[in-house]
Amino acid sequence: MFGIPSNMPGSVFDELWRLQQEAGELFGSWSSPLGIRSLPRGSFPAVNVGQTPEKVEVYLFAPGIDPKSLDISIQQNLLTVSGRRDLGSEEEADYYRQERFSGEFRRVISLPEDADPEQVNARYVDGIVQIGVKRRESARPRQIEIH
Amino acid sequence: MATNTEVSRRGASAAADPASGSAAQRAQSAEAPIRPAVDIWENENGIVLCADMPGVSKDRLNLHIDGNNLIVEGQVAFDLPENAEALYADVRSSLYRRSFSLSGELETGKIEASLKDGVLTVRIPKRAELRPRKIEVQAS
Repeated sequence: MFGIPSNMPGSVFDELWRLQQEAGELFGSWSSPLGIRSLPRGSFPAVNVGQTPEKVEVYLFAPGIDPKSLDISIQQNLLTVSGRRDLGSEEEADYYRQERFSGEFRRVISLPEDADPEQVNARYVDGIVQIGVKRRESARPRQIEIH
Repeated sequence: MATNTEVSRRGASAAADPASGSAAQRAQSAEAPIRPAVDIWENENGIVLCADMPGVSKDRLNLHIDGNNLIVEGQVAFDLPENAEALYADVRSSLYRRSFSLSGELETGKIEASLKDGVLTVRIPKRAELRPRKIEVQAS
């Protein structure tokens, strides 16, 4: 009924990504916000982390959840986001594919030392949870003027 | 809030037209697209397809029919500060793309789609005359 086009096997590329990622973790300083707490590729929700001198921005790709059901906490520089997505199953329906994640999820992200747990904001737009954590003033690079 | 989206036939929209995106998006559109995870099921009325496309808004979604194929495309956009440096990325492409070949008993002209919180739902009805009919067995 629904012909699915054949696709390239992803395993070889996944392996390359993993090697690259591990190399980055070996050589970077705080280049590993997930580190030993990272989950295999393809885990729900996917996470991206970016930083600026002022902030750390964490993005969780979590479509179709109720943002009120999310539990976001920071303890000892570990940002933990947990929640659940219940998709259920349609009654009187025959399924061909069920690839989308359903159930409880939890992701842990380690924040840099200067992250300020008092200054966090979170929002949910188009299925992405964006969490911004400010960094403490003292840790930011300062321009030193010569008189 | 769900917003209805239009299904175009070979229609170009924001997602397919690189000129309408920002410079960064144009640069990223050459990357290998992400195949969104889907659920597909069938009931007596037709086929329903749900796809996870977080970061795609209605104006960056492009659904079109090319011949016998339903093509789902979307451009990811999120609020990234200008000077941000990526530290970790599970998501390394900003384009979703996946195609599905449709069969003749589906009414491609009457496809309905909606997008809510990054989840695309597409309903493809079966032609009315081809919906299953219960055949009564006459007792003699």
